[in-house]
Amino acid sequence: MYDAVIIGGGVTGCSVARELSRYHGKFCLIEKEEDVCCGTSKANSAIVHAGYDAEPGTLKAKLNVEGNMLMEPLSHELNFPFRRIGSLVVFMNKEEESVIHELFERGRKNGVPGLRLIDRKELLFMEPGISPEAGGALLAPSGGIVCPFLLTIALAENAAVNGMEFRFNEEVTAIQKAEKNYEVNTSVGKIQCRMVINAAGVYADKFHNMVSKKKIHITPRRGEYILLDHASSGIVRHTIFQAPTIAGKGVLVTPTVHENVLTGPTALFIENREGNNTTQAGLDQIMHDSLRAVPDIPFRQVITSFSGLRASEERGDFVIEEPEDAPGFLDCAGIDSPGLSSAPAIGKMVAKMIAEDLSLKEKMSFIREREAIPDPKAMSIKERNLLIRKKPAYGNIICRCEGISEGEILEAIHRVPGAKSLDGVKRRVRAGMGRCQAGFCSTRVMDILERELKMSPGEITKCGGASVLVMGKNKEAYSKWKSTTL
Amino acid sequence: MEKHDLVIIGGGPAGLAAADSAYESGIRDIVILERDHELGGILNQCIHNGFGLHTFNEELTGPEYAERYIRRILEKKIPFILNTMVMDITKDKVVTAINHEKGMFKIKAGAIILAMGCRERPRGALNIPGYRPAGIYSAGTAQRLVNMEGFMPGRKVVILGSGDIGLIMARRLTLEGAKVEVVAELLPYSGGLKRNIVQCLNDFDIPLKLNHTVIDIEGKERVTGVTIAEVGSDRKLIPGTEEHYDCDTLLLSVGLIPENELTRLMGASMNRVTGGPDVSESLETDVAGVFACGNVLHVHDLVDYVSQEAKLAGKNAAQYLEEKDGDRELKKERRIPIYAENGIRYTVPMTVSPKKMPDTVTIRFRVANIYKDIFESVYVDDKRILHRKKQIVAPGEMENISLTRENLQNISHPGKITVKLEET
Repeated sequence: MYDAVIIGGGVTGCSVARELSRYHGKFCLIEKEEDVCCGTSKANSAIVHAGYDAEPGTLKAKLNVEGNMLMEPLSHELNFPFRRIGSLVVFMNKEEESVIHELFERGRKNGVPGLRLIDRKELLFMEPGISPEAGGALLAPSGGIVCPFLLTIALAENAAVNGMEFRFNEEVTAIQKAEKNYEVNTSVGKIQCRMVINAAGVYADKFHNMVSKKKIHITPRRGEYILLDHASSGIVRHTIFQAPTIAGKGVLVTPTVHENVLTGPTALFIENREGNNTTQAGLDQIMHDSLRAVPDIPFRQVITSFSGLRASEERGDFVIEEPEDAPGFLDCAGIDSPGLSSAPAIGKMVAKMIAEDLSLKEKMSFIREREAIPDPKAMSIKERNLLIRKKPAYGNIICRCEGISEGEILEAIHRVPGAKSLDGVKRRVRAGMGRCQAGFCSTRVMDILERELKMSPGEITKCGGASVLVMGKNKEAYSKWKSTTL
Repeated sequence: MEKHDLVIIGGGPAGLAAADSAYESGIRDIVILERDHELGGILNQCIHNGFGLHTFNEELTGPEYAERYIRRILEKKIPFILNTMVMDITKDKVVTAINHEKGMFKIKAGAIILAMGCRERPRGALNIPGYRPAGIYSAGTAQRLVNMEGFMPGRKVVILGSGDIGLIMARRLTLEGAKVEVVAELLPYSGGLKRNIVQCLNDFDIPLKLNHTVIDIEGKERVTGVTIAEVGSDRKLIPGTEEHYDCDTLLLSVGLIPENELTRLMGASMNRVTGGPDVSESLETDVAGVFACGNVLHVHDLVDYVSQEAKLAGKNAAQYLEEKDGDRELKKERRIPIYAENGIRYTVPMTVSPKKMPDTVTIRFRVANIYKDIFESVYVDDKRILHRKKQIVAPGEMENISLTRENLQNISHPGKITVKLEET
């Protein structure tokens, strides 16, 4: 019997897992993919919003501002990249200017620190690359950028160190209320638990509606993005937003913590909950809209484009509560933007609710810190050579574009939860994230995965499931090979 | 700090030929830094034949061609360090490299030859919409999988781009048991060699669709299909021409990019068209004593030309090393720029010094389109000094023309050289 089962290994589920692992109890996190950070958490703006967007009084407003405050100390505890670079919402005309004033007021009510309206001159001084059409901007110094992969993975690793069980490749199929407890049916078996935490992203309504008569409804809202090479780094120093419209916060241009430039997202409600494809129309729109604020984005330096699905609930706010008719079932649903920014606060809030419901006691032995995977690029030559002498694999460069060594990849594979696929390695240590997009290193990383995890080549995947990378041996019928090796 | 007369970055065909040639020119203190675990570079995975016709008058496979040069390096006992990645080169020629035995180390070089080769353009650079499943490979990655590891990247394949590696892989995959459905090429002509289109596509009945591109990739985990459509002369999709192909693999052969991160870091001036550094007729970059050759300089279609170019770089680096600093100063002379115009995309070299130049300089260049019955002309200022008729020229086949010292001697104070195509 588990005390609590968390459904979903995105940033919300992992933040809850980490905060819950402070307490005594038996917990697990179930994820249908092979790793954490495989859904919405891996494809978003990677922004820690300041908190002026949400309507005052909403959960979004409260948790965004709290999450923003918590992110910095958390980044020190768990060693993931976070930089408070500040954000600017730029206006181009009178109408937009009035929207910016509204944002300013809203931000003040939400308790966003340091908000300030700046004029054109100051704006152009701070951001020389901004369109000369810009009239001024709202400056939010508390806005920041984060690596969403490493945030989620750091939370998961720290939760695991503190006793959280991670169950991957396991899909929840049904949830029933039984007497006092819940019975969770999965693709692997049945699990009994006292509480269920529903952090299932775009599928959260499906699970909620299994146990509650008061239905919720989530519609995926697709956001497409374009990522530019390091060579474009420096075209903007802050996260640049344009005045928001009904459709959302609009297309932003931002540096990333790894010194790329990211632009997007689009915002389109879609039916397909797996529909994270990019479209020509979407990519065209990003290129068109982003240039309005930052006219010289070098789109020749695109290295990839991607898309993510925001899990938007129809009422527009986060749903973090136990339905009246399903006590013990705790929703973390409708976590669309600013979900990433709010994650640290959501984790704390939800863990506290669980601890109160179940009368859990805090552990004395909780380990609050997590070491990052060593980053040789940040070291002096002397430090680096010491590391290589101790662990020669750190002297063997596997990913040329990002300069990632075998040592880092080994660490990514052997941590818990560790990387099991190319994408798992990529999200942890950036091998394959650079300008050649794994053209060079993919076969080398495949060899390392094969050796370290004692897998056969046919079992190695890009991202789990059926995403196999090779389909048999030369001159051998695929059917024959498949039947003998898989 | 370790010191060497000549440091060669890269042990592929360019680096090997450059080392061999520098040795032949009298330089003994040479070191080759190679990031892979063996010499030979990309030739090791090019197991098809067609190499060496110009250099050895016989047809070799890639590994055989590499082996000829590796043997010369071994015989001459030219030192090389494997599994070593160069991280930085400075203007005063300090090379920082890393490997698992020596850690990070620096070498002070008298001269440097850049021979890092090129890499493939990835999908992202094309911004093809769709999903991002497994099964999208650059042609070279697929080539490594099949030819060096013995594994099939897929079974039902669509290839985008008709660069030489894509064409070669269409044949290889067919021979190894896959079905290649189609090769789509965005441009109205193939970027590959004519012989490869004949031998790799036509001989296997693989259709080549010019003016076509991939507009959508399907498949959540593994590729399940792609949509191809025709594009107009503006390269925009023509609605109604979409065709769906069921496949499990999409290979991309959409261009090669000279790998010049180090060159840029060093601060050498770069050429926007070639993606390589600007070089003089001695293949020297504008950082004195740093030379470049092979695909890092501009993308070649025949390795034989790489070897020729590298040989020249090796010889010139040796000459540079033998000159005294004072001589170098004396020989400093204004470089005359070479302009590529009217149907010519670029030239290598980009400048020439009339006094320093050897008796003949080979100017290599590529044309921008397919032209028939056209003249290749070289002008010095307004005076035409070379004019020759070509039945056909194509972007996929590198052209070259020889400029002699005499050509320039008769003109006082030449200001510029122009290479262009002319109809008459």
